[in-house]
Amino acid sequence: MKGILRYIRPYYGYLALTLAIKFVASVMDLLIPSILAQMIDRVVPLGEARPIFLWGGAMLLCALISVLSNVTANRMAARSAGKITLRIRHDLFCRISHFSARQLDRVSIPSSVSRLTSDTYNINQMLARMQRIGVRGPILLVGGVAITLTMDVGLTCVLLATLPLIALVVYFVTKKSVPVYTRQQSVLDDMVRVTQENIAGVRVVRALSKTDYETGRFEAVNKTLADTEQRAGNLMAITNPASTLILNLGLTLVVLVGAFRIQAGQTQPGVIIAFLSYFTIILNAMLGITRIFILCSKGAASARRVSELLELPDDQPVLPAAPARKSEAVAFSHVSFSYQGVRDNLTDLSFSIDRGQTLGIIGATGSGKSTVLQLLLRCYDADRGEVRVFGQDVRTFPPEILRTQIGVVFQNDFLLAGTAADNIRYFRDLPDEVLSRAAFLAQADAFLHESPDGLQRPVLARGNNLSGGQKQRLLIARALAAQPALLLLDDASSALDYRTDAALRRALRTACRDTTTVIVAQRVSAIRHADRILVLDEGKSIGFGTHETLLRDCPVYRSLCEIQMGDGGEEVQTHA
Amino acid sequence: MPDRNLIGGGRLTRAEQSGDRRDLSGAQKPKKLAVLRRLWRYLGRNRGLVVLALCLAVGGNLLALLGPLLSGRAINAIGDRPGGVQFGPVFFNAALMAICYTASAVFSYLLARVMNRLSRRVAYQMRRDVFARLSVLPVGFFDRNQAGDLISVLTYDVDTVNQSLSNDLLQIVQSVLTVGVSLGMMLWIEPRLVLIFAVTIPLSVFFTKYLTGRVRPLFRRRSALLGELNGFVEEMIDGQKTTRAYHREQAVIDRFDAKNAAAVDAYTKSEYYGTITGPSVNFINNISLALVSMFGAWMYLRRAISLGDISAFVQYSRKFSGPINEIANITGELQSAFAAAERVFRLLDEPAEPADAADATTLTDVRGEVALRDVCFGYTPDRPVIRHFDLHAPPGSLIAIVGPTGAGKTTVINLLMRFYDVDSGSITVDGQDVYHVTRDSLRGAYTMVLQDTWLFSGTIYENIAYGRADATRETVEAAAKAAHIHSFIEALPDGYQTRLTDNAVNLSKGQKQLLTIARAMLLDANMLILDEATSNVDTRTEQQIQAAMRDLMRDKTCFVIAHRLSTVQGADRILVVRDGQIVEQGTHRALLAQNGFYASLYAAQFDAGEDESPAEM
Repeated sequence: MKGILRYIRPYYGYLALTLAIKFVASVMDLLIPSILAQMIDRVVPLGEARPIFLWGGAMLLCALISVLSNVTANRMAARSAGKITLRIRHDLFCRISHFSARQLDRVSIPSSVSRLTSDTYNINQMLARMQRIGVRGPILLVGGVAITLTMDVGLTCVLLATLPLIALVVYFVTKKSVPVYTRQQSVLDDMVRVTQENIAGVRVVRALSKTDYETGRFEAVNKTLADTEQRAGNLMAITNPASTLILNLGLTLVVLVGAFRIQAGQTQPGVIIAFLSYFTIILNAMLGITRIFILCSKGAASARRVSELLELPDDQPVLPAAPARKSEAVAFSHVSFSYQGVRDNLTDLSFSIDRGQTLGIIGATGSGKSTVLQLLLRCYDADRGEVRVFGQDVRTFPPEILRTQIGVVFQNDFLLAGTAADNIRYFRDLPDEVLSRAAFLAQADAFLHESPDGLQRPVLARGNNLSGGQKQRLLIARALAAQPALLLLDDASSALDYRTDAALRRALRTACRDTTTVIVAQRVSAIRHADRILVLDEGKSIGFGTHETLLRDCPVYRSLCEIQMGDGGEEVQTHA
Repeated sequence: MPDRNLIGGGRLTRAEQSGDRRDLSGAQKPKKLAVLRRLWRYLGRNRGLVVLALCLAVGGNLLALLGPLLSGRAINAIGDRPGGVQFGPVFFNAALMAICYTASAVFSYLLARVMNRLSRRVAYQMRRDVFARLSVLPVGFFDRNQAGDLISVLTYDVDTVNQSLSNDLLQIVQSVLTVGVSLGMMLWIEPRLVLIFAVTIPLSVFFTKYLTGRVRPLFRRRSALLGELNGFVEEMIDGQKTTRAYHREQAVIDRFDAKNAAAVDAYTKSEYYGTITGPSVNFINNISLALVSMFGAWMYLRRAISLGDISAFVQYSRKFSGPINEIANITGELQSAFAAAERVFRLLDEPAEPADAADATTLTDVRGEVALRDVCFGYTPDRPVIRHFDLHAPPGSLIAIVGPTGAGKTTVINLLMRFYDVDSGSITVDGQDVYHVTRDSLRGAYTMVLQDTWLFSGTIYENIAYGRADATRETVEAAAKAAHIHSFIEALPDGYQTRLTDNAVNLSKGQKQLLTIARAMLLDANMLILDEATSNVDTRTEQQIQAAMRDLMRDKTCFVIAHRLSTVQGADRILVVRDGQIVEQGTHRALLAQNGFYASLYAAQFDAGEDESPAEM
């Protein structure tokens, strides 16, 4: 909450003004019923019509002032809430944009998204509503009680007696309903999951004739969901009738007690009539205040979630630079690293390549191939050892210097909704010719020119309208577009058929002669002609050299080659 | 082919919906009626509950509305002079008040319970119907429509309809009742004072109408822009790593700022007008109250009205104005419920997979002879994918389908499994036309392992045994061992009982594929379809499960889609697919001899090695 106050502070004056105006409006609302009592008890006995209409005019005036000031205050509230939210959201988005990979892993993407969207929205709602009803509720409550006190102390006591009862009902129902609603949400998630699975797996379900089984699975969650919904509804069902009943019985009591007091000459009938009006006002104020509590607790929870992220420190400071080693392009020296801090994902890894060379990295799933690239980009910092790019420790590079020199394609990398050109450009200041050339080099030309749109071909979010190979070619074009000094490709051509893959490699070789390239691949053919090949196994280097030397010295590499490049067709020939 | 974007196109933005609505009003009245009739059917199934709810609503409201009348009488009995109180009538009326209010509260609580039960039934039945429809829709439907859209029909739309059926309708009944009874009571108490409402009600109605007309587009814009902002955030945070890798944070933040500003602006604007409603309705109420007070006091002065009547009148007038505003709000909600209902029904109306032919027989004892004769097929009528295609696969043969990415290799499988039906020509299994056997028996004759591994949120055991109801612990373990995933499973804390929903188990793509291979190993169909079945398994593991795959394929007619040409060289027949067309077919040797597209694909996988030396780089 404290983190959020920082954003509210500049608006203190404005907020005070809003609240003052709101105060005036609420006082006006309170005056109206008391004028009615005044008319009946004081003015009517005078027996003149003129003062009646004068007081009636005063009532109208109060109503007018009330509506004008209410509307003004509400608008001011909307404005300040909007401005505050704008700032909070901007800062939060900035912070998340600059998160290190470790921070984003820990917070997780869905959680970041929901904090940016629904939490900031909750804060906005809280800010606006607090100003709208947060003042009005208490003022109506306190003011209402105060006015009724001046009118008749005895009757006010009757009224006050009912309030705690209503508060109690609301409190208990709310308290009980929270876990039920949480459960309802999770059952709903279950139903969505089952449906999602059925849609994604429609071929398998149909092929195995499991429709009945799946219907049974759905039936079960559907029933649970319906039951939970009913339970939650039944719980909430008590609130309204109960509070209305308490209020109405209070009203009855006012009439009864009023009768005794009038009999004793302690009060007047106009007061009772006014009381009945105040009763409604006070009850509504009461309900409003309980709503504020709910709103506040929801808003405060959101505020906490937001400021938690805002206050995360930069965990990858730039270290002072040491003199660079000239010829070296990429080097690991005794690097160990672990994502979770439990088991090392890379262990004591050392290697280096020179500028303009190509490094291929190969190994089984989970052997740490991608991790090497993540460390090169300083997505993560190594736990031990030193990662150097162009002879300089990556931790000493200001990010704009390191990253503008690198072109990278991650595994299953990100495509945004827009056009092919947008995706290749990726917010950089690159002219169209450069994009076309990159597309040409990445072998994306062929499919881009299938449609008349060419580079303007629309791309859906996550590239959903593209095949795997098309996606990869766009990503490679993106990496090539700014003519990087260092090119990192993580399994970037796995969905390409051999022919396209070979053409791509040929293009890279001729056009990017001076570019240092690191290629992570599953296929030997993608890396066999690299200047150096690193063979990884469970985070350790088990071979480093050229294709020829590794064929000779590294049995794992040799067997990979035999399986992939050699006569792998044997298994199908046996029974053909 | 049915409407391509049925659900996608049906899911309009809020702005479009209202435009739609306006158009609907004239020409499409009958359609609206049809929707209403179908909605009624859901309520009609629970007719008893509906009638009960209506009775409770009417009873509860009437009882509550008696209150002011009784309190007015009590006040009359109190009179306006000390010592003049007639306690008998005061007690009597107060007791009646207490009884009425209590009974009314009991009624409204019961009503809420009944409505909960009703809404539970309607939601349950609607969701069941939607899911039942999903499970008979042709596979092509799911290829054309986004899962998210279908799920939102099942969750959001059903919920909207249900909320509306159970809450809004009731609310309307109650509001109309309150307005009607209040008006009647006021007319009864003092018709002349009711004239005041001849001024304030039209004012109120006019104002609310004007305001909702103004505010609705603003709110629509607000949700549209908020949705846009959310979409942007979701997308860009998903790509945060890439953005950082290219150091484009600032550019993305600038874009975000523009969307943020637009969303906040739309929000503020909608609040600007939206928050007028409350104070304004309050204002009109206050005007009524002031006028009633003035004229009431004036009449009281002239002894034309009693004190109790003024009190009752004031209370009724307060009850009177609220519901009018409420009804205006509800009509808005009803319209969105209507749009939701239309989406639900449109999905329910989607044509199901055509039923099996009347003379369809069950395919049994399949030997595995598959023949396609003169088959033509296209996903859309204007773009044929397969033209006049013939293929004969004798029992136990291996048919490979190769070609570049995205060339349409899976089309053949879609036809074999009857996920799609051919446009012309015939497909036979063991000489029987597949259109004259039941789909279940045809599909059951194949074992299928797909590239997109599909696992559901059950235990590992359930996932492997999925295709075999009679699987035992031993057979499941044997299959897992054959697929080289047994020791991994055993190492998990819960072993085979590990639930795949828990985030605790982080299966790699390769491990998921091995699980689906294990599932396939349990099936004993005589025909096998492998669609890039081992593409995500690393080469060494693939090597290790090779023996098992060989077992799986033995003596079966196999259709294999493969990337690595090396794996299909021994096929009896290789189909080469390019741009959705089968361009060449034959054995490996024959195709190489043709020196066509296949030959060039084949050369490509080796050219890398042959035409370059490391020094060149």
